[in-house]
Amino acid sequence: MRANFVASEVSSGIRRNLTMTMAVIITVAVSLGLFGASMLVRAQVSTMKDFWYDKVEVSIFLCGKGSDTPSCAGGPVTGAQRDQIKADLDSLKPLVDSVYYESQAEAFARFQEQFKNSPIVDNVKPTALPESFRVKLSDPTKYDVVASAFAGRPGIEQVNDQRKILDKFFQLLGGLQLIALLIALSMLVVTVLLIANTMRVAAFSRRRETSIMRLVGASNFYIQLPFLLEAAVAAGIGAILAVVGLVFVKIIVIDQVLAQSFQFTAFVGWDAVLAIAPLMILVGVGLAAIAAFFTLRKYLRV
Amino acid sequence: MILLDRVTKLYANQERPALDEVSLEIEKGEFVFLVGPSGSGKSTFLRLVLREERPTKGQVWVAGKELNRLSNWKIPALRRQIGTVFQDFRLLPNKTVAENVAFALEVIGKPAAHIRKVVPEVLEVVGLEGKEERRPDELSGGEQQRVAIARAFVNRPILLIADEPTGNLDPGTSVGIMKLLDRINQLGTTVVMSTHDQAIVDQMRRRVIELEGGHVVRDQSRGVYGYAR
Repeated sequence: MRANFVASEVSSGIRRNLTMTMAVIITVAVSLGLFGASMLVRAQVSTMKDFWYDKVEVSIFLCGKGSDTPSCAGGPVTGAQRDQIKADLDSLKPLVDSVYYESQAEAFARFQEQFKNSPIVDNVKPTALPESFRVKLSDPTKYDVVASAFAGRPGIEQVNDQRKILDKFFQLLGGLQLIALLIALSMLVVTVLLIANTMRVAAFSRRRETSIMRLVGASNFYIQLPFLLEAAVAAGIGAILAVVGLVFVKIIVIDQVLAQSFQFTAFVGWDAVLAIAPLMILVGVGLAAIAAFFTLRKYLRV
Repeated sequence: MILLDRVTKLYANQERPALDEVSLEIEKGEFVFLVGPSGSGKSTFLRLVLREERPTKGQVWVAGKELNRLSNWKIPALRRQIGTVFQDFRLLPNKTVAENVAFALEVIGKPAAHIRKVVPEVLEVVGLEGKEERRPDELSGGEQQRVAIARAFVNRPILLIADEPTGNLDPGTSVGIMKLLDRINQLGTTVVMSTHDQAIVDQMRRRVIELEGGHVVRDQSRGVYGYAR
């Protein structure tokens, strides 16, 4: 194998086919960029799930003065009822990780803190907020166990799972990710077709060389290698551009814009980028190799 | 060297076979003219020997190998033993004479030192010393064909196939090319040459195989082009 000979064949091939090679590079970059972005959204969703599921609680609101659900027909919760609920919750360990009782006064203080800039605070009296048990579960997905045990019980107005609210949000993000992934997939199909076509043009423009190579007994590998490398180089450059774009998104969009504006939640870290980047390069070069392989089999037979 | 055993070649979409039950043998070291009108099967014969086509029926033996049983990855090894020359030279216009010859060695992975040694040697054999750095468009037709012969011969093939090598050349130049092919034959390479050039065949007095309509109609050991043409 003569490395410098192959290298000069590849570079002359790329120069001869420059516009097509550019098109391949850009298409690979865009489609892999989209692919990487959708992977990033997926990583973001999972980061947020970890972050938020760790914090979500099941809230068991107890009956207050104005409660009108059937389970509150007996008026505000009694001390005995409250103690019984607490005891029953404790008996659900280890599913119940911890139980925290929030009195009306504490609920009011938290409410004031959360809405301190809103005029709504002035209109709410401490007695309007229900007292509650904040229950933290060791496995947040087993919410139903708690709900079925406590919902509808006398003295309990409502059992709330914060996860349900989050899930809607995550569904939205998941949908966005799916759309990005679908666009990325269709772009990847376009990329494969473009690479196949580029190979076809390259094979045609070099038909004189390849016909001589065949006649003098060059092996298939030797004939096809310059084309394969051409495709791999173009796809590699495109993939690197896409990775640069991903890093750019992480630094500028996530770290400097989103993380600054939304400090209450966690964002994907560099570990996710590090995991996605090799995948992008692998997908890019792999696609190019597959496209080139099948095209060459068709156009460069012995 | 070459043995055809009842070979029939029928191309798709054609009713009449290009070769019809042809059997012939060419010995090592022979110089053979292949003559016959266009469409008589000369090119098909050469393509079968190069394993560019497979016979529809029958067996083709080249250099001790039955080509039907030759697996695809062994074809390059077969072709390295066969040099080929064409009417249209098939040189690479953007490479010099020396580069054109070297190309044939580079693409089969010969080391650079070997290439530097044998390319000037073979250019001397074909009489192109001093023209190594010229490009094909700076050469005459005869010189271009010499480059093509140098390329075909540089790997010292045991068989040289020439498909109308003088078809594009004037008579004087053709004589020079024939002398060169004769010299290569003297060096031990079997030469099979298809031609329409009556003067050359009559002058050389070598074995002549005449094809017509896919059949061998004449096989003479010291033949001429043909009678009453």
